[in-house]
Amino acid sequence: MSDSATKPRPQFRNISPVDLMNYRLPMAGKVSILHRVSGALLFLCLPLLIALFAMSFVSESGFAAMSTVVGNPIVKLILLALIWGYLHHFCAGIRYLVLDLHIGMDKHSAAKSASLVLGVSLALTAVFGLKLFGVW
Amino acid sequence: MTPIEKIGPKRLVVGAHYGTFGFIVQRVTAIIMAVYTLVLLVGILTMSGFTYQGWKNLFTFTCLAMPLGQILATLAMISLAWHAWIGIRDIWMDYVKPVGVRLFLMVLTILWLVGSIVYFIHILWRA
Repeated sequence: MSDSATKPRPQFRNISPVDLMNYRLPMAGKVSILHRVSGALLFLCLPLLIALFAMSFVSESGFAAMSTVVGNPIVKLILLALIWGYLHHFCAGIRYLVLDLHIGMDKHSAAKSASLVLGVSLALTAVFGLKLFGVW
Repeated sequence: MTPIEKIGPKRLVVGAHYGTFGFIVQRVTAIIMAVYTLVLLVGILTMSGFTYQGWKNLFTFTCLAMPLGQILATLAMISLAWHAWIGIRDIWMDYVKPVGVRLFLMVLTILWLVGSIVYFIHILWRA
């Protein structure tokens, strides 16, 4: 009998928001909850995005007006959050599709791919963000 | 183990595999959206400057007199709404336990998504 079978593992049941602050999620857990958060964010902002699309799509003057709206720093910040949401959801989604094929299921590669997802989506957000704010 | 025939008079009323359809839809719609994202990205990157005509053409181009741009965008939008429905439904099922509140939120979600589809298609096909 191994030691772990006799020693009870710590259990986290019915955790309160206070416990949530101390509960350290593994990398894959962070990607998972952020996948849910980013999905919910995109769902809530869907009409806003369609409104922006409608503006830009219907006429030449609407296209120019959309550029003015997007020029607003607050709109830019909202768009930056949505860009991150889309990219994270996209990258994490690809990871889940690969996991569905039973590739990278072991603990070590799962942690590595989770870090990769977080890193790649943040890096791409930085690239799009620099473009959005006209730095590059 | 109780034989399956004993659970309901005609068919299995509760049990496994009821979520399989949602699982498959979630993945198929995800792949459709991912491919469409890459198609749009290539379209934007190969555009000569970000102009109104170029932007509009991404969604209105035709192929053999078919409105392919509009058809692809519509399929992507329907995929998005179906995908979002499953995801948001799962969130309500995980966190909202009172049946009445859950039903209310699910109905609200459907209205939100169907409204978004109608709005998008209305704009897209007016062109």
